[in-house]
Amino acid sequence: MESLPPSNCPWERGTRELFKSIKTKKISANELWKYCHGRAQEINGETKAYYQIFDKAFAGASVDSSNNVLLGAPVALKDFIFAKGNECTAGSAILEKFIAPYSASCVQRLVDHGGVILGRTSMDEFGMGSSSENSFQGPVMNPWNLSRSPGGSSGGSAAAVAAGSAPFALGTDTGGSVRQPAAFCGITGLKPSYGRVSRFGVISFASSLDQVGTLGLDAYGCAKLLESISGQDDRDPTTSHADAFKYEEPGAGVFKGLKIAIPDLMEEVEMDGNVKAAFEDFKIFLKTNGAILATVPMPLLKYSLAVYYLICTSEASSNLSRYDGVHLGFGGEKNVSLAKVMSSARSLGFGSEVKRRILLGTFALSAGYRDAFFNKAAKVRRLIKESYESIFESYDLILTPTTLESAFKIGDRIQDPIKMYNSDRLTIGPSLAGLPAISFPAASSGLPVGMQLVAPYFKEQRLLEVVDAYQEASDGFRPGLAPYPFEGATHG
Amino acid sequence: MASYEAVIGLEVHAQLLTKSKLFCTAAVENDSVEMNSNVDVVSAGLPGALPLLNFHAVELAVRAGLACHCDIQLSSRFERKHYFYADLPKGYQITQLEKPICKFGYVEIGEGTSQKNVRLDRIQLEEDAGQLFHVAKSTLVNLNRAGTALIEVVSAPDMSSPLEAKQYLKRLHSLLVHAGVTDGNLEAGNFRCDANVSVRKVGVTKLGTRAEIKNVNSFRNVELAIEYEISRQMALLESGGQVIQETRGWDAAANKTFSMRKKEDADDYRYFPDPDQPILKLAQKELDRIKKEMPESPDSKADRLSDEWGLSAYDVNQLISNRGMMDFVEALIEKGIPAAQAVSWVLTDLQGALNHHEHQLENSPVTPTLLAKIIHLVISETISRTVGKELIEAAMVNKNFDPNEYIQEKGLEQVSDHSALKLWAEEALQNNPEQLNQYLDGKDKLFAFFVGQVMKKSSGKANPQLVSQILKEKMLKVKS
Repeated sequence: MESLPPSNCPWERGTRELFKSIKTKKISANELWKYCHGRAQEINGETKAYYQIFDKAFAGASVDSSNNVLLGAPVALKDFIFAKGNECTAGSAILEKFIAPYSASCVQRLVDHGGVILGRTSMDEFGMGSSSENSFQGPVMNPWNLSRSPGGSSGGSAAAVAAGSAPFALGTDTGGSVRQPAAFCGITGLKPSYGRVSRFGVISFASSLDQVGTLGLDAYGCAKLLESISGQDDRDPTTSHADAFKYEEPGAGVFKGLKIAIPDLMEEVEMDGNVKAAFEDFKIFLKTNGAILATVPMPLLKYSLAVYYLICTSEASSNLSRYDGVHLGFGGEKNVSLAKVMSSARSLGFGSEVKRRILLGTFALSAGYRDAFFNKAAKVRRLIKESYESIFESYDLILTPTTLESAFKIGDRIQDPIKMYNSDRLTIGPSLAGLPAISFPAASSGLPVGMQLVAPYFKEQRLLEVVDAYQEASDGFRPGLAPYPFEGATHG
Repeated sequence: MASYEAVIGLEVHAQLLTKSKLFCTAAVENDSVEMNSNVDVVSAGLPGALPLLNFHAVELAVRAGLACHCDIQLSSRFERKHYFYADLPKGYQITQLEKPICKFGYVEIGEGTSQKNVRLDRIQLEEDAGQLFHVAKSTLVNLNRAGTALIEVVSAPDMSSPLEAKQYLKRLHSLLVHAGVTDGNLEAGNFRCDANVSVRKVGVTKLGTRAEIKNVNSFRNVELAIEYEISRQMALLESGGQVIQETRGWDAAANKTFSMRKKEDADDYRYFPDPDQPILKLAQKELDRIKKEMPESPDSKADRLSDEWGLSAYDVNQLISNRGMMDFVEALIEKGIPAAQAVSWVLTDLQGALNHHEHQLENSPVTPTLLAKIIHLVISETISRTVGKELIEAAMVNKNFDPNEYIQEKGLEQVSDHSALKLWAEEALQNNPEQLNQYLDGKDKLFAFFVGQVMKKSSGKANPQLVSQILKEKMLKVKS
C-alpha cells in the first residue's frame, strides 16, 4: 500500500510541525478551521466518521494566551461527551435528539486551552463494541480500507483523525475503546490513568473503568491534548488530586536502559503475521536503542477478559437504568402502565448489544449470583492490579501489541459477540488496573498495526516520551493519515 | 391460648438538617417552592452527572451515631440499590449496606426496673426519592425531595412490646433532635418508621416469621400498628395458620394493618458499591472536632433545667420533648424572665394562641423578643395577665405589632386605682346576693367568681391582686 498522505494537510508532518506553523503564522487558526471543516465534509460520505460536523466552531469565549495549549486547533469529539447546547446521543436511539444541558469538564477545559470542537463522532452505542457497528446511525468505515472496521467504540474519532479531518480527537476508553481504534486506524491513542481526566459530563458506560482518552496523529499531539483536559475536578470525586499533566519533551537516550516487560501471555496467543512481524521489528528497535526486554509471568492476565465483562456489564446495567422512558428516553408507548412505559422505551431505544450487556450485568448482580460473579470478579480485579504493581517494581513499561490482528472486515464479527469481545484481550488489563496505556502505529506492510505500552499509575509522561522519541526516530514511516482516495472507495 | 412474646425491631428514616442535598448543591425542599425547582443535574439523574458528597450530611450522621453510642467508622462506602420507579430518576438509590458510617450503639428506654438498652445495628446515610402526585389519569413527578439526605437508624430486634417501641421512638427522636441532626417533624415525613414484628411462643428461641409495617408516621400509630399486628399474628398461629413474610401498610382510619406485597414479589435490589465514589474516609481529627462540637444531650439539658432553673419534672419533660419550645423558653430566660414564668407563658399561652391561629412555632409571629416585652409589662404591673394574653392573640394577626401602642390605643393599662376597684367590687357583691350568701355559708370556691365579675367590669384591666384584697376586706365587713 502506498503511504502518501493528502499532500496539502497542514499536519502531514506531525502535530509538532502543525503547532510551529501556527506559531510562525504560516497558517492561521481560521484557515485551519476552514481546512478541517471542509475535509470533514469531504471524507464523511465514505467514512461516516461524524454524526454531525458543526457549522460554527464550538469554542471558548476568550482564551488566555498563557493557557493557549491548542492554539485554536480543531478537535473531533466522541458523541459520548457533552458540549453544551449540542445533541449528544451516545450512539443510541434512546438519546436521539437529546441536547447536552451543560458542557463536560474536559470540553470546558479544552476550549479554555484554545481548542475548538469540530463535530461529534460516531461510536458504538454507549461505548459497547469494538467495531463502531453497534450504532443507531450505521457503521463507521476505516479510511485505510473502507470495507474494514475502524475498531470501536471510539471508531469515529479514530477515523476522523486517520482521514485527515482533524489533528486530534477525544474518545473514551473503558476496555480499549481508544487504543484498539487507534491501532486499527494507524494513529496514536492514549488512555490516561483512571482519575487523570474528569468524567463529569461524559456519559457513563462502566464508571470504574471509563476514562476520557486522546487520539492524534502522534504522541506529541496526544500529549498536548491531554495537557488541555487533565486535572482534578470538584465535580468528579474520582479525579486524582495530582497536578494537571504537563508534557516535557524527551531528552536524548530515552530508550537507554529502559526496562520493558513482555507478559508471558504473548508466547501463548496466536497473532496475525503482520502483527507478529511488527512486534518483532519493534522489539529489535528497542534493543538496538539500548532498552532491556524480558518476558515476565502474568498468569492472571488470561482471566482479565472474563473479569472485565462481568464488571463492565454489571456497572452498565446500573448506569443505564436511568434511561427509563420517564426521565430520559421518550420513545416508548404513551398512556400505558408505568412498567409498560419503561419496558417499551427500553425495548425500542436500546440496540441488541446494549440489551445483551444489561441482561448479563443484571444477572451478575442478582441475589444468589452476585458472590459467584460480580464479587469474585472484583476480587480477581484487585489481584490483577497487584500483579501489575509487582511488575512495575522491576520494570519501567509493559509491552504487547494492541490487538492480535489488524482491522477486521465490517460485518465479520457482529454476529459473534465472543469473537468481538476477544478484540479487547490485550487492552483490558491496564483498564482493570486503572493504568495509563498508549497505542501507536508500528511499521507494517499492510493495514496498520498498533503496539501498546503500559506504564505505572500517573506515568503518562514516560509513555508519551518513549513513543514520541520512537516516532521522531522512525521518520521514514509515519502512518496516521490514510492515503487518499481511500482504498475500497466506490468512486474516484 | 398459649403464651406468646413479640419481637420488634424498628427502622427509622430521619431527614437531615442540611441546606443542600446529599450529593449535590441543590437546596433541600421547603414546602413553599414550586415543584421541580430544587433540582440540578445530579438530583435529576442526568447522564454525565456524578455524586458529590455533602460533608455536612456526614457530620450530622456522625452526630446521630455519637448521640446513640455507635462505633463511628472512619472508612465507609456507598452502594447502589436498584429498582425502577417514576420517583427515582437514576433507577437506583445511593445508600449504604455493607459498610455503613455508624455501627452498633444503643438507645436507653424505660426507667428504674424496666430500664433497658435497645441495641442498634447501624446508622446509614442515604438519599431520598422524589414524590409522585396522581391527578386525573396522569401522574406528576416532583423531584424537589429527590436526593435529600437521610439517615436510616436500624435497631436490633430488642423490643418486646408496643410500649417499648413507642418509648424507643420517642427517645431516639429526642436524641436526634437535640443533636441537631433532624427537625424531627413527623407531619412533614421528616421522621418516619418501619416496624418489623414477629411473635413466638415463650421459651422458643428461634424467631418467628416477621411482617414489616411500612411508613407509620406518629408515635401513637406505631404503638397501635404493632399492637394490632401482634394480635393478628397470635390469632393466626392459634388458629393453626402461618405468618407469611410480607410488607404491610397501616390504615389509621380502620385501625388495622393490611397486606401490601408478599416476599416472593420482593425486588432484587442488586446492591453493589457505587463506582462513582471513592471510599468515604473520615479523618480522626474531623471526628474529634465533631465530638467536641456535639450539642448538649437531652439528659444533660434536663438536669440543667431542673437544677439551674428549678423547673418541675413535668415542665422539664414537656420541654425536652419539644425542642422548639425549649429554645423559646431559653431565649426568654436570657431576656430576664424567671424560668417558671417563661415556661408557663410558652407552654400555655403561646402554645394556645399558636394552635388557635394554626401557626407552627418555627414561624410564630410572636418572637421571643416580643413575648419577653409582654411578660415584662405584666411583671411591672403595667398590664394584667389577662391583657398580656390578649396581646399575644393580637400579635398573631397583626404584622409589626407594638404592644405599647396597642395598650395605649385600647386603654388597657392595668387599673390599680382603689376607688375604681372598690366601686366595681361593691357592685359585684350587690348584684349577686345569692352567690354572696352561698360564699358566706362556706362555699369558698365562689371567691373566684367575684374576682371574675370585677375583672369583667374592668374589661380585664383590673389588677387581680388588688381586686382580691379589696373583695376580701368587703366580704369580711358583710360577714360581721
